[in-house]
Amino acid sequence: MLKYALNRLLAAIPTLFVIITAAFFLIRLAPGGPFNLDRPLEPKVMENLNRIYHLDAPLWQQYLGYLGNLLRGDFGPSFVYRDFSVAQLFSSGLPISVQLGGSALVLALLIGTTLGTLAALRHNRPVDLGAVTVATLGITIPPFVVAPLLSLVFGVWLGWLPAGGWGDGAFAYKILPIVTLALPQVAVVTRLTRAAMIEALSSHPVRTARAYGLRWWTVVVTHALRSAILPVVSYAGPAAAALMTGSIVVETIFGVPGVGRYFVQAALNRDYTLVMGTVVVIACFVILFNLVVDLIYALIDPRVRYG
Amino acid sequence: MEAPVLATTETVFALKNLRVTFDTPDGPVEAVRGIDLEVARGETLAVVGESGSGKSQAVMAAMGLLPANARVSGSVTYRGQEILGLPVRELNRLRGSRLTMVFQEPMTSLDPLYTIGRQMSEPLVEHGGLSWRAAHERVLGLLRLVGIDAPERRAASYPYELSGGQRQRVMIAMALANDPDVLIADEPTTALDVTTQSSILNLLRDLQERMGLAIVFITHDLNIVRRLADRVAVMKEGAVVEQGMTDRVFAAPAHAYTRKLLDAEPSGRKEPAPACAPLLMEAEAVSVSFEVDGGMFAPPSRFVAVNGVNLILKEGQTLGVVGESGSGKSTLGRALLRLVPSSGRITFEGADLSGIRPKSLRRLRKEMQLVFQDPYGSLSPRLTVGQIVTEGLLVHEPALSSRERDARACQALEEVALDPMTRNRFPHEFSGGQRQRIAIARAMVLKPRLVVLDEPTSALDRTVQTQIIELLRGLQAAHGLTYLFISHDLAVVRAMADEVMVMQHGRVVERGTAEDIFENPKRPYTRLLVEAATLPG
Repeated sequence: MLKYALNRLLAAIPTLFVIITAAFFLIRLAPGGPFNLDRPLEPKVMENLNRIYHLDAPLWQQYLGYLGNLLRGDFGPSFVYRDFSVAQLFSSGLPISVQLGGSALVLALLIGTTLGTLAALRHNRPVDLGAVTVATLGITIPPFVVAPLLSLVFGVWLGWLPAGGWGDGAFAYKILPIVTLALPQVAVVTRLTRAAMIEALSSHPVRTARAYGLRWWTVVVTHALRSAILPVVSYAGPAAAALMTGSIVVETIFGVPGVGRYFVQAALNRDYTLVMGTVVVIACFVILFNLVVDLIYALIDPRVRYG
Repeated sequence: MEAPVLATTETVFALKNLRVTFDTPDGPVEAVRGIDLEVARGETLAVVGESGSGKSQAVMAAMGLLPANARVSGSVTYRGQEILGLPVRELNRLRGSRLTMVFQEPMTSLDPLYTIGRQMSEPLVEHGGLSWRAAHERVLGLLRLVGIDAPERRAASYPYELSGGQRQRVMIAMALANDPDVLIADEPTTALDVTTQSSILNLLRDLQERMGLAIVFITHDLNIVRRLADRVAVMKEGAVVEQGMTDRVFAAPAHAYTRKLLDAEPSGRKEPAPACAPLLMEAEAVSVSFEVDGGMFAPPSRFVAVNGVNLILKEGQTLGVVGESGSGKSTLGRALLRLVPSSGRITFEGADLSGIRPKSLRRLRKEMQLVFQDPYGSLSPRLTVGQIVTEGLLVHEPALSSRERDARACQALEEVALDPMTRNRFPHEFSGGQRQRIAIARAMVLKPRLVVLDEPTSALDRTVQTQIIELLRGLQAAHGLTYLFISHDLAVVRAMADEVMVMQHGRVVERGTAEDIFENPKRPYTRLLVEAATLPG
C-alpha cells in the first residue's frame, strides 16, 4: 500500500510539470501585464518595474527562472499585493480555506449519506420525495443567492449569527460560510447515495443478509451502505480539492480572508506569480485527494486492493 | 435412485393457498396463483417448472424477500406457526436459524466486500449468540463439513478468490450453520459445471441424512429431481399442476404438462456423415493464448486457453465439443472462425486461413457462421428482426435489392418456423427460444457451409431446447450443413453430434464417435462428466 502511494506521488511529478508549463504560457498569452493600470504609468517607471521583476527577459528565460525558483520552494513575489510574497499570501489564506472547505465536506458527507440512505429505504414515499426535493433545490440554487439569503435571515433578521466578516476566526463567523459551501455538496451526496443505495438494497448480497435474519443495522449499514458509499467516495476526492482551495463567492460575500479570491483577482490583474501559485496549489490538492480516494476505495473494496 | 424416507412424517414447513401479485405500471401481474406445498422432516420436495412458472417467487414470498411492489396472501407456516406477515424482527428469529436458503447465483450471493469467514460468522453471532471468536472456530468446522480444503485460508479469503462451486459450498455451509430445520435451495446448481453440480448434490443428500433436514429444492432439471427428491411438485404459470412421489410422477405422469416436461429430454441421434464426405475444415496444432495483466508491478503473463488442438470437419458432420467452463471450447470455436488470433494451421476447403488477407477472409465469412449462447445479448435491441436477419446480406450480397433482401428474410424466418409477418418487430418482443431462432435465421440467410454453435441451447428451458435441437437437425439435413457444436450439456450433445471431442484445460483429452464417448468413455475425466450428467437410458 505504501509503495503504491509513493509510486502514485512520483507519477504526479510529470503531471504537475505539464500543468505548470501550460499555465505559465497561457497566462502570458493574455494581453496586458501586471503593471498595465487604468492610468498608464510613465514609460520610465514601467521599464524599471519590468527590469526588477525580470519581465523584460525572453520568455524562455523567465520560464526556466520560474521553474528554478519553484524547485527551491520560492513562488516569487505577488505583483499586485505589493509587499507580500505568494507564499505569504497562501500561508495566511490557505489554512482558512482548508478549514472551511474541509468542514463543509464533512458536514455534507454526514448529512448527504444519511438523507440518501433514508430516501432509499423509503423509496417513492414522502421521505424520499422530500430528500429529492431538497437535493434538487440544493443544486439549482447557486451560492450567490444562498449566501446573501442566509446572511439576511440569520444575520440581520434573527440576529443569531454575524452577517459577515471573519472576527479573527471565531466559531460563530464560520457557520454561515460552511453551510453555504456544504449545501450544494449535501445535494450531490444525497443523490449519489440514494441512487447507489436503491441498487444496493435490492442486490443479491443484501438479499442474502436479509434471508439470514441479520439485524437492520447489519443489513443496511454493514452490507448495503458499504458498497453504496463507493460512488460517494469517488466524488468526494475532486470535491474536497475544489472546496479546500476556496470559493470566491463565499469569501467575497462573507468577507472571509481565504485563497478563493486570489485566482480570479490574479488572473484579472495579470498577477503572473499568484496565478501560477494558485495553479500549483490546486493541482497538488487534486492529485493528493485523488490518491486519497484511491486508497480509501481499496480499503472499502478488497477487489481493487490487489489489481 | 430413491432417497431413504425417514420414519417421521411431521410437516415442518407448509405453504397454503399462497398467492403473489406484483403491482406493475401495466397493472397487477399474478405470479403465484394459490399454491399448496408442504415438506416434512427429512424429506426432499422438488419444485419443478420452467422459467416464469413462479417457483422462485413462491419461496421468496415465504421468506419475506420479495420487493415492495409484491402483494402476498395465503398462509406460510413453520411447525404450525404462521410466519406470513410477521414483523421483520420476529421473522428474523426464524430466518437464518430455523429456515435457511441457498440462492441460484453463487457468484453474486456473497458480499464481495467481506471475507468468507466474517460473512459466515454473522448468522452465528446473530442467532447462535456466539462471540466472533467462537463463531470463527465454528466456521472452520462448517467449511470442513462442506468439503473445502484449507479452511483457515479460505475463511480469510474474499468471495472473488473462490470459484463458483466453492462459493456455493460456502453458501450451503452458511445455511447449515445454525442447524436449521428447513433448507430452501433455489436452483443451487444451475450456474455450476456438471461435476461440481454432482458433488454439491451429494453433499446436500449426505447432510440431509445426518441432520434430518427438510429440503425444498427448486429446479428445472429433471435429472436432479430424479436423483434427489422424495416428492415432486410441478408448477406451471403460477399454479401446481401435479404433485406426488417422485417415482410415481416419473413413471405415470397424470398431467399433460408433466408429460410434456418429461418428453422434453433431448432424444434422437445424429447419423454420422458418410465416410467419403469431402473435407471441409482442418485444423492443426491450434493454440490461443491471452496476455494476463499481472498488475501494476508484475510483468504480464500468458494464459494458454487452447493448447495444440487438431481437428477435422467433414461435410455434413456435427462435431460436439464438450468441457466445463474455462476448458477453452468457446475460444477454440472462435479461433477456427479467425475471430481471435491463434497459432497453428487452419484450412477451409483447402484454403489456408492463417495468412489470408482480410478481404479474402471476408468472402469466406459468408460460408462460416456463428450462433451465440445468449439469445438476449446477441441481438441488437435497436434493429427490427428483419434488419437483424438481413444485415449480413448487405455485406456479402450487396447487389440484392431491398425487396430481394426482404424476400430472403421471410424465407429464412420461415425456415426457423417463425412467422415472417413478425419481421418488423424488435427482439424484446420475442421469448428466449424465439430469439435463438432469429439468431439461427441470421446465420442461415447467408447459406453457410459451416456453423459454429456456441452453447445455443444453454439459456433455454428444456422444452424449448428440444425444439431448437430439432430445428438445427432439420436444417442440417436440408442443407447439408456442417456443425461445430459447443456445449457443456451432455444430453444435448448426445442428441446433436456424431463425433465428440472432450476438452479440459485447453487440451483435447478424448475424442471419438458419440457412441464411444457416451457408452464407453476411456479417460477418467470423460467418465466423470458422463456420470455427473446422469444421462437417462
